[in-house]
Amino acid sequence: MDWNLIFENSLKGFIGINAVYFAIAALGLNVQFGYTGLLNFGQAGFMACGAYGLGMTAHYFDISFWWGIPIGILFSVVLGLLMGIPTLRLRADYLAIVTIATAEIIRLVVRSVKFKTYFGGSDGINGFSGSFRKLGNDFGIQESDKYGFWPFKFTGREFWVLIVGWLLVAIFGFVVYKLMKSPWGRVLKAIREDEDAVKSLGKNVYSYKMQSLILGGVIGTVSGMIFALDRGSVQPDNYSRDLTFYILTALVLGGVAKVSGSIVGSMMFWGLFTFMDNFLRQVAKDPVSIGNFTIMKSTQVGQLNFILIGITLILLMVFRPQGVFGNRKEMAFDGR
Amino acid sequence: MDAERTYGETAAQAREALQSVDRVPGSRKPNPILTADNIRREFGGIVAVDVEHFEVQKGSITALIGPNGAGKTTFFNLLTGFDQPNSGQWNFNGKSMDGVASHRTAALGMVRTFQLTKSLTKLSVIENMRLGATDQKGEKWWNGLFAGLWKGQEAEITERADQLLTRFKMDHMRDEYAGSLSGGQRKLLEMARALMTNPTLVMLDEPMAGVNPALKQSLNQHIRGLRDDGMTVLFVEHDMDMVHDISDWVIVMAEGRIIAEGTPDDISSNTAVIDAYLGTRQGQSLLEGE
Repeated sequence: MDWNLIFENSLKGFIGINAVYFAIAALGLNVQFGYTGLLNFGQAGFMACGAYGLGMTAHYFDISFWWGIPIGILFSVVLGLLMGIPTLRLRADYLAIVTIATAEIIRLVVRSVKFKTYFGGSDGINGFSGSFRKLGNDFGIQESDKYGFWPFKFTGREFWVLIVGWLLVAIFGFVVYKLMKSPWGRVLKAIREDEDAVKSLGKNVYSYKMQSLILGGVIGTVSGMIFALDRGSVQPDNYSRDLTFYILTALVLGGVAKVSGSIVGSMMFWGLFTFMDNFLRQVAKDPVSIGNFTIMKSTQVGQLNFILIGITLILLMVFRPQGVFGNRKEMAFDGR
Repeated sequence: MDAERTYGETAAQAREALQSVDRVPGSRKPNPILTADNIRREFGGIVAVDVEHFEVQKGSITALIGPNGAGKTTFFNLLTGFDQPNSGQWNFNGKSMDGVASHRTAALGMVRTFQLTKSLTKLSVIENMRLGATDQKGEKWWNGLFAGLWKGQEAEITERADQLLTRFKMDHMRDEYAGSLSGGQRKLLEMARALMTNPTLVMLDEPMAGVNPALKQSLNQHIRGLRDDGMTVLFVEHDMDMVHDISDWVIVMAEGRIIAEGTPDDISSNTAVIDAYLGTRQGQSLLEGE
């Protein structure tokens, strides 16, 4: 068993690109779910907006890659309005149903044969991230060189995405933190507690919920962009329901309604995930057999890993429902 | 409970004016702040509210009483835009409120509290109070990031909130979560928070429900204090001692309609009201009279 490799990979997973795009998406989800109490189960849909915004610049619009950023943000604002207009006046559960369905509709539309010319069908879109890589080169980062120190050694390609990614995490973390300290954030938190009370005090609850949904969605969009840039491609099936739920898991793990919770929760999620994956793979490499029965096969690693993640989450909910950074005192007043 | 009570200027005028008002359901008042005509609200086949005419005298404390299910809270919801009537017209300060969204009524000076107290439990007491202030610059998301734009206003709001908390003797709870307050304290907080909107009409839905007798006395004083500051108070209540003690005018509802109006003394001897509360002779509707 190669413990060295296990730890190296786990530590890399801890700060790796997966943690980065999860952290950004979780920040967005935190604005909606943690602070405003909106059950958005379609964060993957917002992420797809960003990824396809970038991808379509090269694939369909044939314009500069950089236009992809405003296009992606525009997509997600439109998506937020589409989801919000019919549902935000209703109870929270309706939003949950509509968001999960909308995200699936988006995924099925972009992977359909009918719209292959726009979205590239189930193959997705490749080869649009050249300008982004070139910018990295201009900053003096060579794609094939190794950067960092043990255990955090990354190729120049990964390193550039990581720098931009963590910078974005910092920016959005700061923005969300500041906004939630402002009177605007106070209204959102009050809406989470009781909409009618906020209405009676003269706040337009509907408008605030829409703002929250769109802000969280735009942050999710940026997460989708980083994800797409790292892969250098957009694959429709990456933006399915499970993505949303893993992000939600990371958010709850860290603690809702805390900026640090979304970021560290994502890091812990991927640190743990990578550790379990590597550990189980090492176990499977040298399987223990009792007669015909093999305890671990390499094909079982993935399943077992997700089972363990699920158990962890259940234990967390039972013994520490406020997450790692949450405030126990605050949790005690849950009226609902 | 004696007559040696002093009244503010507007309150004294209002009391004076109410002396000459007819003691009949739907009577006209000399200077109404809130009027309603032919308000009707049906839930399926049930008529919850059917009010022909309703007026609240400016500067008075008006009580809205009636047995359970009389439609008092529904009527409250209709007046404040939390529910829409099937038909009817109502005016606040001479402005028609038909179709005005519930969040706009507060900006117009009409604020309400709820029967089931709605304190925002995971916000601190002072944050609850600050939320009440209207027209906050920092409540625009594009201003949220730039603390310089709203810090000054926030300081003013906090000062006003602290004054109100002191007045309601809640200042020692300032930084506690609202969720850790007792039921009575939450009622006080909700009332204080409503005052942060600088209202002209305060509508209290059962302010005394679940409040202990000692706190009731101070709540009574606070409500009288609102009137003396020139506000109009309309409240729903079941506690007859309190109604008798503090209200200038009493409106009685039963089965969705107004069945009697008058000063507290008139009402306590009104047979229709006694029938409504204690039951009436079998087979006879409350609305048919005697």
